[in-house]
Amino acid sequence: MKFTEEHEWLRVEGDEVVVGITAHAAEQLGDVVFIELPEEGTTVSKDDEIVVIESVKAASDILAPLDGEITEVNEALVEEPGKVNEDPEGDAWFFKMKVEDLSALDDMMDEADYKKYIG
Amino acid sequence: MSDLKRTPLYDLHVSLGAKMVPFAGYEMPVQYSLGVMKEHLHCRAAAGLFDVSHMGQVILRSEDPEVAKAALERLIPQDVLGLGEDRQRYGFFTNDAGGIEDDLMFANRGDHLFVVVNAACKYADVARMRAALEPAVTVKLLENRALLALQGPKAEAVLAEHHPMVAEMRFMDVATVPIAGAECWVSRSGYTGEDGYEISVPVAAATGVAQALLAHEDVEAIGLGARDSLRLEAGLCLYGHDIDATTSPVEGGLTWGIQKVRRAGGDREGGFLGAARILSEITGGAVRQRVGLLPEGRAPMREGTLLFASAEAEAPVGTVTSGGFGPTVGAPVAMGYVDAAHAGIGTALFGEVRGKRLPVSVAKLPFVAAGFKR
Repeated sequence: MKFTEEHEWLRVEGDEVVVGITAHAAEQLGDVVFIELPEEGTTVSKDDEIVVIESVKAASDILAPLDGEITEVNEALVEEPGKVNEDPEGDAWFFKMKVEDLSALDDMMDEADYKKYIG
Repeated sequence: MSDLKRTPLYDLHVSLGAKMVPFAGYEMPVQYSLGVMKEHLHCRAAAGLFDVSHMGQVILRSEDPEVAKAALERLIPQDVLGLGEDRQRYGFFTNDAGGIEDDLMFANRGDHLFVVVNAACKYADVARMRAALEPAVTVKLLENRALLALQGPKAEAVLAEHHPMVAEMRFMDVATVPIAGAECWVSRSGYTGEDGYEISVPVAAATGVAQALLAHEDVEAIGLGARDSLRLEAGLCLYGHDIDATTSPVEGGLTWGIQKVRRAGGDREGGFLGAARILSEITGGAVRQRVGLLPEGRAPMREGTLLFASAEAEAPVGTVTSGGFGPTVGAPVAMGYVDAAHAGIGTALFGEVRGKRLPVSVAKLPFVAAGFKR
């Protein structure tokens, strides 16, 4: 698993990347009450705001971690946003995307780096 | 957070795993380890303990108690003279323009009045009262008492274990009750829409009383986050958001809080700041009205969201003043001001969220029925 400074995790599955938010991010957000996901098939550029996530406290955006195309979104989260707090690094993935160049992940933090990052 | 004050319960909050945030000049617990959602639901199902020691507790005293009552009536549009002994009432300081300077609770304690005001306004409120009431009335801001709120359907059973007398109290009764060895001033009131009590405790005993209440299995500590969603579901105004110096009590839907004796035709009609506007709005209506708002979708409509009469309309007809997710309702809930023409229950409006017009309808307040013991 790889991690971004925006507290997303990325997991490679075949030629796709599965993206969610870290347990640390979910805890900081508090109880998640609303999620808006992108349309499947959308082409995105790195740092596009593609997911809206609202907790009991505030609204925030999830940025596209890489250039690519959204191939699948986790519709179950729209009905049950609280899953993000229950299983942020498992069942509560946000979207899958196809990326041009998987090697871009090599520069991202691994778990040990991320743990250091969040201190 | 070095400039911030701490309440007497600060160490207890930290030991309970609270996340502390700055609020009205104090470091306050926004949530504990349960989290906002579970804290909210627990308070509605059992009982929650809140630290509201940041609020201002004020004693008004005069040689003849009637003098203090009459003097307070010049600052607020409520019936103070007619309030029975050991009874409490909701009120608000008004200004010349008929706006609200702060909202408050005041109690008739026989030889004095006990007033509780919002934390963010307390020094201004004390200055306002001193300027208007001294020297005939002394105005004392108490720094030696903490304030707790025990709220929820189990609050009565929990507090009655410390003194059976509290079970006999009705909504808005006030009494002096010993709890865990401390002289507490207890009122059957609160700001969650639930039955419950507010408990003024000497600072030295505050942590002990809080721990004694928290020791009960039905009681959880509840932070400011859940306090906000509880009062929003209960349709209660948060000063500085849902009411402020520009909103009149009539616009704010608080006409019920102005007793007949102070209205047009009453024995003590007017005689408070802004009476001209407020009394004429009571009979003639206000141009805008605070209303409940139920977004149709799942997206919360937060404070500042503009409201429109249609998906295309250019000019807004209102604004959300409090909004978020209502854990008991299980959906987003909000309050806001809309032009009177759009204030009818069921009126279909649109809230603009992230550039999109989303449907929302005007709804009856409160969203969750009050559990008061009247």
